[in-house]
Amino acid sequence: MRVIRRHILTVIAILVLVYLFIPIAVVGVLSFNDPPSKYNTKWYGFSLDAWTNMCGIPGVCESFIESIKIGLISTFVATILGTMIAFALVRYRFRGRKSTNLLIFLPMATPEVVMGSSLLALFLNMTFPLGTTTVIIAHIMFTISFVVVAVKARLQGLDPSLEEASRDLYADSRATFRYVTFPLVAPGIAGAALLGFALSFDDFIISFFNAGTLVTFPIYVWGAAQRGIPVQVNALATLVFLVALSIVLIAQFAAWRKRRSLQASVADRDADLKALSMDALSRS
Amino acid sequence: MPPLISTSASASATPPQVAARKARTGYLLLLPGMGWLAVFFAIPFVTLIITSLQVPTGASGVYAPGFDIANYGEAISQYGNLYVRSFIYAGLATLFALIIAYPLAYFIAFRGGQWKGLLLVLVIAPTFASFLLRTYAWRTILADEGPVTGFFNALGVLPEGRILSTSIAVIAGLTYNFLPFMILPLFAALDKLDPRLIEASNDLYASPVTTFRKVVWPLSLPGVVAGTLLTFIPASGDYINAQLLGSITTRMIGSAIQVNFIQFRDYPIASALSVILMFIILIIVSIYIRRSGTEDLV
Amino acid sequence: MAESRKVEDLHLQNLTKRFGDFIAVDDLTLTIPAGSFFALLGPSGCGKTTTLRMVAGLEDPSEGLISIGDRDVTGLRAFKRPVNTVFQSYALFPHLDIFENVAFGLRRRGIKNVTPTVEAMLDLVELTPMARRKPKQLSGGQQQRVAVARALINEPDVLLLDEPLGALDLKLRRQMQIELKRIQMEVGTTFVHVTHDQEEAMTMADTVAVMNEGRIEQMGDPADIYELPTTVFVARFLGQSNLFAGQRAGAGADSVKVSAHGHEFSIPNSRNNAPGANVIVGVRPEKMTIVDAGDPIPDGHDRIAGRTVDVSYTGVSTQYLVQTSWGEEITVFEQNTVVGDRSRVGDSVEVHWAPDHAFGLDGSGLAPAAVESESVSVS
Repeated sequence: MRVIRRHILTVIAILVLVYLFIPIAVVGVLSFNDPPSKYNTKWYGFSLDAWTNMCGIPGVCESFIESIKIGLISTFVATILGTMIAFALVRYRFRGRKSTNLLIFLPMATPEVVMGSSLLALFLNMTFPLGTTTVIIAHIMFTISFVVVAVKARLQGLDPSLEEASRDLYADSRATFRYVTFPLVAPGIAGAALLGFALSFDDFIISFFNAGTLVTFPIYVWGAAQRGIPVQVNALATLVFLVALSIVLIAQFAAWRKRRSLQASVADRDADLKALSMDALSRS
Repeated sequence: MPPLISTSASASATPPQVAARKARTGYLLLLPGMGWLAVFFAIPFVTLIITSLQVPTGASGVYAPGFDIANYGEAISQYGNLYVRSFIYAGLATLFALIIAYPLAYFIAFRGGQWKGLLLVLVIAPTFASFLLRTYAWRTILADEGPVTGFFNALGVLPEGRILSTSIAVIAGLTYNFLPFMILPLFAALDKLDPRLIEASNDLYASPVTTFRKVVWPLSLPGVVAGTLLTFIPASGDYINAQLLGSITTRMIGSAIQVNFIQFRDYPIASALSVILMFIILIIVSIYIRRSGTEDLV
Repeated sequence: MAESRKVEDLHLQNLTKRFGDFIAVDDLTLTIPAGSFFALLGPSGCGKTTTLRMVAGLEDPSEGLISIGDRDVTGLRAFKRPVNTVFQSYALFPHLDIFENVAFGLRRRGIKNVTPTVEAMLDLVELTPMARRKPKQLSGGQQQRVAVARALINEPDVLLLDEPLGALDLKLRRQMQIELKRIQMEVGTTFVHVTHDQEEAMTMADTVAVMNEGRIEQMGDPADIYELPTTVFVARFLGQSNLFAGQRAGAGADSVKVSAHGHEFSIPNSRNNAPGANVIVGVRPEKMTIVDAGDPIPDGHDRIAGRTVDVSYTGVSTQYLVQTSWGEEITVFEQNTVVGDRSRVGDSVEVHWAPDHAFGLDGSGLAPAAVESESVSVS
C-alpha cells in the first residue's frame, strides 16, 4: 500500500512538470511549421525556414533587439539598486522597516494593469514622451523588488562570523566586502540579475501601456496575435528559451560537479582520519 | 598596575557614534532604490487618483484637473460586473493552482534530495519562454478540432461543446500562467519543514492523512498564503488570457482598463477603474499584514 | 616564528557591557599576564564570550578600558587591533582554499610575499598537504587547526579562543588540548581561552578565572582555585562539592570549629573564607572516604553518618550518594583501588575526611536549604 502511495506522489509531480512544459513544446514544434498563411496554429508541414531566416519578417528582429537592449539596461540598474536595498535590510537597523517592506512587496503583488496604467497616468500628467525611456523606467521599477528578495535570501544565509573573522584579520569594511561578503553573495546577485532580465524581456502589459510607438518583442507578438504570429517569432522565442535554460542548467551542473568532488574528498579525508586516530591511539 | 595612557575620560569607543554611522549608511543604501520605487510606483498611484477625478475639456485625450467623483459612478455602472467576473476567475485559478502546485512542491521539498535545484529550475524554466506565446499555444492545444476538446466533449462535460472562447479556457490559462508563483512559495515553506516532525507524528500514531492535516498543512500555511497572494492578485488584473483564449463574454477588468486608456483615451474612467482595482487589492493585502506582519513579505 | 617578541600584559579596566537592561559584563577589572595561557571559565550566559568579543573589538564596551601594555585599544576597530580570534565555528572562508585562508590577515596588512610564512605556519600545525583544499574538505580537527594557524600567523599580542574545541569529539578534543598548549608554549603569545568545560580550562590554563553573571567569582592557578574555592558558585561549578551550612562555634589551635546539623566540623584558618558566624563547610567528594558504620576512622577526621542510596560504577571510580540524617545527599568519589567489597545501596555507612581538606565559605545571606541542595544559583 505504501509503495503505491509513494509512487502516486512521484507520478503526480511528473505530470505537473509535463503540464508546465506542454505549451513550450507546442511553441517549439510550431517553430518548424510551414503554414501557407500567417496563422500558425495548426501543423502544416516541416520547414526550417523560420530558423534559417529569423529576421525575414520586418519588425521581428528589431523588436527583439529592442527588448534585449531594454532588458540589459534595466537589469543592470535594478540589480544595483535592489542589492543595495537588500544589504540595508539585512545588515542595518533603521526606522520605517514596515513601510519599507511594504513598498518593496507591493510591486510584486500589484496587477500589471494597475502598475502600467498608473505609470502612464504619471507620464501623461507630466507630458513626458512615451518610448524607450519610459519603458526602461517601468522595467527597473518592477524588477527591483525581485532582486531584493533574491539577494536578501542569499545574504541572510551568510554566516555572520565570517565577516567578523575578516575584521579580526585586519580587513576594514571595504576589504571585508570585497574579499569576503561580495564573493559569497555574488551567486545570489547573479541569479537575481538573470531573473530580472527574464522579467523585463517577457514583460507585456506594463510595457504596452508605456511604450508609445516603441515596439518591444512582446508588443510585437501581441500585435501579431490578432493578425497571425509569424513562425519566426516561435523560432526566436524557442531560441531564447533554450539559451536561458542552458545557462541555468550549466550552473546547476557545475554546482553538482563541485558537490561530487567535495563528497569524494570528504570520503578520502574520513579514511585518512580513521588511519590517524588508529595511529594516535597506538601512540597514546 | 602600570600607568595607562588613555586619550579620553569615558570609554573611547563611543558606541553611539558608531551606531549613528551605521544607521546613516543604511539609509544611504536604501535611498536610491526606495527612491525609485517611491517615485515610479507610489507616486503614480497619486497621479492615478488625480487623473480619475479629472474632467473632460472637449479635446480628445485632454483633461483638466477637477474633482469629478461621478467618474467612479460611471466606471462602476459600466464595468462593475467585470470586477466580479475577474475575481471569480482569479479565485478559481488560484484554487486550482494550489491543488496542482501543492503535490509538486511537496515532492520537491521532501523527495527532491540532491535534485532539488534541478527540479526548481524546471519549474521556473517555462517562464523563460514568452508568456504570450505560451498562452497562444493553448489555442492550438485546446483547439475545437483538437484531441483535448474532443476528449472532454466525449465525456460530455463541456456546456458549450468547446473549450476555447469559454471561461474554462480563460481559467485554465490563468491557472497555468501563475502556477510557478504558487509552486515557489509553497516549496519555500515546505522546505523549511523539518522532516523529523513527520516522523514524530507517525511515531505518535498519526496516519499519513492525519499527519498531513495536523502537521504538514498547518506548517505550510505561510507558503499557502504567500502563494495565494502572489497568484490571485496578478491574476485578477490579467487580461491576456481572457483576450487570447476567451470571448466577449469572458472579458476581465484588465481589458476594460486597457481599452479605455489606449483606445478610447478616456483617462479619467480608465484611471477610476484602475484605482478601484488597486484599492480592493490593498484591502486584501492589509488583511494579510494585520495577521502576519510585514517581515515575511520580502 | 619571531624570536623574543616583546609580549605585553592585557588589562581590562571596569569593563562593562549592557544590552538594554541586561548587564552581560559587570565592571570587570583584570590583568592577564603576558605570555600566559588564561582561561575564562563559566556557564552559558555568564559573559565570558562577550568579554572576549570586546577584547577582539567585535563588540563595543558600554564602559571601561582595554589596553595592551600601555596602549589603550578600546577605541580601535577590530581590524586595527593586534588581537586575533579563533572562532567557535572556525569561520573559515568557504570560497578560499586553506593557503588563502591562512594568508588572509597577512594580505590585508599589505604584506607582499606571504608564501614562506604561510608554508611555515602550515608546517607548524601539520597541514601542509591540505594547502590547496577548501575548508569543507577538511575534518573538524583539521579545520580547527587552520583557524588557529590563520590567527597565529599574524603574531598577535593576544590570541583569543572562543570555545574552539566544543565541536570535537572527546579523543580529538584531548589531542587538541595538548596541541594548543604546545603551540602556546612554543610561540609565547598570550592565549585567552573561553570555555564552559572546567576540565579543559584546568588542563590547559596557567590561570583560570571563573565567571558568573558578568563578574569574576574567583581567579588563580587551577589547582589553587580547585582546592580552595572562595564562593559557593565556584565550589559547585568547578568540580563538585558537598556543602553543609552551619554556625561558627569556637576555635581550635589553627582552626575554626563549625557546628552544623548536630555535628562539629573543623576547618583550618587558612582555608576559611567566612568572615562572620555563618559558615558553609565544604568538602570535595574525592576527599571523602566511605566506610561501613562501626568501622574504625582515623583520629582527627570529621565524620557524618548516613545511608547509601546510590552506587555508580564508572570504571576509574565509584560514585556514592549517601543520605544524611537531615536529608542531604552527600557525594563521595572513591577510586577503585580495592578489589570487591563496595558499599551497597541501603548500607549504613560513615563518611569521613581530614579537616585539612575542608574549606569554609561565607554563608551569610544564603538559605541553607538552597546551599545544600544541588542548586547553584545564589539568591
